[in-house]
Amino acid sequence: MWAYWQSVPAHWRELPARYRLEGGRCKDCGHKTLPEEGVCPVCGSRNIERVALPRRGRVINYSVIWNAPRGYEYYTPYVVALIELEDGTRVFSQLTDVHPEEVKEGMEVEMVIRKTRVSGESGLIAYSYKFRPVLG
Amino acid sequence: MRASRKVGIVGWGVYVPKWRIKSEELARGWGRDWNRYAAGIMVEEKSVPGIDEDTFTIAYEASINALKRARIDASKLRAVYVGTESKPYAVKTTATMLIDALGAGGEGRLTTGADYEFACKAGTEAIQSILGLIGSGMIDYGLAVGADTAQGAPGDALEYTASAGGAAYILGPADKSVAVIEASLSHVTDTPDFWRRQHERYPAHTRAFTGEPAYFKHIMTAAKELMALMGTTPEDYDYAIFHQPNGKFPLRVGTRLGFTPDKIKPGLITPYIGNTYSGSALVGLAAVLDQAKPGQKILVVSFGSGAGSDAFHIEVKEGIGEVQELAPKTMDYVSRKEYVDYTTYARYRRMIRMLHDFSAY
Repeated sequence: MWAYWQSVPAHWRELPARYRLEGGRCKDCGHKTLPEEGVCPVCGSRNIERVALPRRGRVINYSVIWNAPRGYEYYTPYVVALIELEDGTRVFSQLTDVHPEEVKEGMEVEMVIRKTRVSGESGLIAYSYKFRPVLG
Repeated sequence: MRASRKVGIVGWGVYVPKWRIKSEELARGWGRDWNRYAAGIMVEEKSVPGIDEDTFTIAYEASINALKRARIDASKLRAVYVGTESKPYAVKTTATMLIDALGAGGEGRLTTGADYEFACKAGTEAIQSILGLIGSGMIDYGLAVGADTAQGAPGDALEYTASAGGAAYILGPADKSVAVIEASLSHVTDTPDFWRRQHERYPAHTRAFTGEPAYFKHIMTAAKELMALMGTTPEDYDYAIFHQPNGKFPLRVGTRLGFTPDKIKPGLITPYIGNTYSGSALVGLAAVLDQAKPGQKILVVSFGSGAGSDAFHIEVKEGIGEVQELAPKTMDYVSRKEYVDYTTYARYRRMIRMLHDFSAY
């Protein structure tokens, strides 16, 4: 992979979301986001607290990526999906351990941590949540 | 060795990637006839890590499963040690990522963390260290992981066995445990049977020399010394788990020590998933704990090239039945599988340079 480096501080700032699925909850209207936003996208409140989101959900919609941004090419073809978690929060995530033709709307999925982006031979290995079909 | 405060296993967990490659397919890739090797290796297929998996992602899922069985919050963990010989970074501790992902040590992350390396026994070495920390009263709970995405050079005999997977153990005070580690013992010498030099992608090994003076000598010494310490004989144990570089060695070393195959086979997982290196004996122990009953006794002896063995005498306690079902079992992961061909295997293992590796692309 050629020389590009992802921003290390940007990745590091998002670790609570990427490792532990911690998002933001608006204390005024209850809306939740992942990652945590400074301002509630629904009511505009800045009264946001950090909460751990449920690690299971279902696929609302999805798309198959064949031409990936730099750093993601190794994983093509991969699936990105809009997922509704058990508490109704919607998150955008890659799916893993699944072939594109196996993905269905409504498919039950659970969170795992996987490599998402690797900066060449010498740069950062970025890990983040992905979702896979539930075990069993 | 015996700690001044008794220590035991509070929870355990396993992870094995879903991808498998058959030994027959590996042999085909090199124009060889698998039937000539099958009896000597006794591994029919091995696990292959997905292209987005490595030691950290394996350690994470095994640890999550261990936490489910331990029924404690990760914040109580005060030691997190990862035993592996396939660290994602040469320098940057895998434990740092695991600690943050689990939330070990609480909000302040007040925990020790390190990666251990001792070929295939790094995971049991991590257990030895945590035994000491809990046994001395310095901490109450610690997490030891043995996990690898093992390397075997393309075309080498090791390629039939080097696989991916791992197991995690949460240790704690004996009164909070479902299996108590009554005693442990280690035996280490300079026996150069297998190594990987700095910057090399694949290990070198000394073929037959890896057997008698290395695997058999160290396992038998550690097992005999531990049984002498405990005043036990093979008949006293319900299960025996030995490091599993292939399907043949554990049965042979166990038989030599006087264990019957029916005590070895419940913890013999390598024939189905290959050798997970640092995870090898610990995945076997997990498979036994998945089905063990109170009062049963277990002997575990790991082996790491270079070389050494850690031996553990474990007694299963009341309450194990309550936690066995709290997380996926070893055999759940073993039976969750999808086969890949040699090309996909080479791509997943990043054994070949790909389109995106070339600067002209």
